[in-house]
Amino acid sequence: MKTIKILSLLALIIGMSAFTVAKIAVDDGYKVGDIADDFKLMNVDGKMVSLADYKNAKGYIVTFTCNTCPYAVGYEDRIIALDKKYASKGYPVIAIMPNNPDVQPGDSMEKMKERAQNKGFTFPYLMDTNQTVYPKYGATKTPHVFVLQKTSKGNVVKYIGAIDDNYQDASAVKTKYVENAVDALLKGSEVPEKETRAIGCTIKV
Amino acid sequence: MKILKLLFVVSLLVSCNSNKKNEEVSQKVEDVNTTVSVSTDLEVYDFDGFEKYLTKNDGKTYVVNFWATWCAPCVKELPYFEKLNQEYKNKNVEVLLVSLDFPHLYDTKLKPFIAENKLQSKVVALNDVDMNTWIPKVNEDWSGSIPATVIYRNDESKFYEQSFTYESLENELKQFVK
Repeated sequence: MKTIKILSLLALIIGMSAFTVAKIAVDDGYKVGDIADDFKLMNVDGKMVSLADYKNAKGYIVTFTCNTCPYAVGYEDRIIALDKKYASKGYPVIAIMPNNPDVQPGDSMEKMKERAQNKGFTFPYLMDTNQTVYPKYGATKTPHVFVLQKTSKGNVVKYIGAIDDNYQDASAVKTKYVENAVDALLKGSEVPEKETRAIGCTIKV
Repeated sequence: MKILKLLFVVSLLVSCNSNKKNEEVSQKVEDVNTTVSVSTDLEVYDFDGFEKYLTKNDGKTYVVNFWATWCAPCVKELPYFEKLNQEYKNKNVEVLLVSLDFPHLYDTKLKPFIAENKLQSKVVALNDVDMNTWIPKVNEDWSGSIPATVIYRNDESKFYEQSFTYESLENELKQFVK
């Protein structure tokens, strides 16, 4: 058993030596300009939610987040604020919890319900139950935002990355990446910064 | 010895803010029977200050691991980095543990964690909120999830946005230490 384990590990290392793991993960997901697939995921209210359910939406702020990551928790109020500001303008927040609750019990559906209720989430908080949506999008961490624009061709990825440039202090933020992206889309102009990076918690598989 | 220990606890008390937290910290420190050799001084850098740790050019191999106490997979692999540091320190290898913990938790979380786990590798804290600027400077391919690790010697460098076992970590190091 141990030999098999070592052998498979070796095979894995040899297989990966051509690329780094990070590269594979990033290359596998959506890039700005790609058409994002719809999904059907369980919401905290027990109903299934798809992007297509939002007939009047002009786009979506798809946000991978969770209960347990301190960065995600630090951004909760700002995610709520995004939905309050942009849902009525046609860009609702769609929050997706990508972690495996067996590995991260604090992210179970029960705990998600509690959190959504306590914080008064105005947006769906969906569980990526089979963990198939986050790899397709290329989300690697929480929080990780994908701004989509609804077009005749489908939902086009217009922005990937962080919410803003200060995870510690909302009042010290200099650049609001997501707001700038959605504002630009609403005005019909180019998104100023299409991709940003931030530290986040690895998605638990 | 006892006096030194007392002094250590007192210095901890002075350096912390809330009373309740102070008690927790000193209690934890007492529990593990920490000696005075455990430093409570934490080097904290913004990225400009930290960058020197990624650009040394002295023939030594550096294993730089980005982690945080709140990151479960990071904490899980820390012993492997500690073991690597121990086993390879005579082979011109140095492990550096770069904490991305929240600054307001340095005293209540990070320092007690370092003491409790008796971390022998050098630990520094990186506190720079403008992550979109500094993450690509560490590596173009880094999306920002942790754990993440850089192994480098002089101009030769590899980046890993992944978790390690001791074996896989040692295998990577062996490409640098011949």
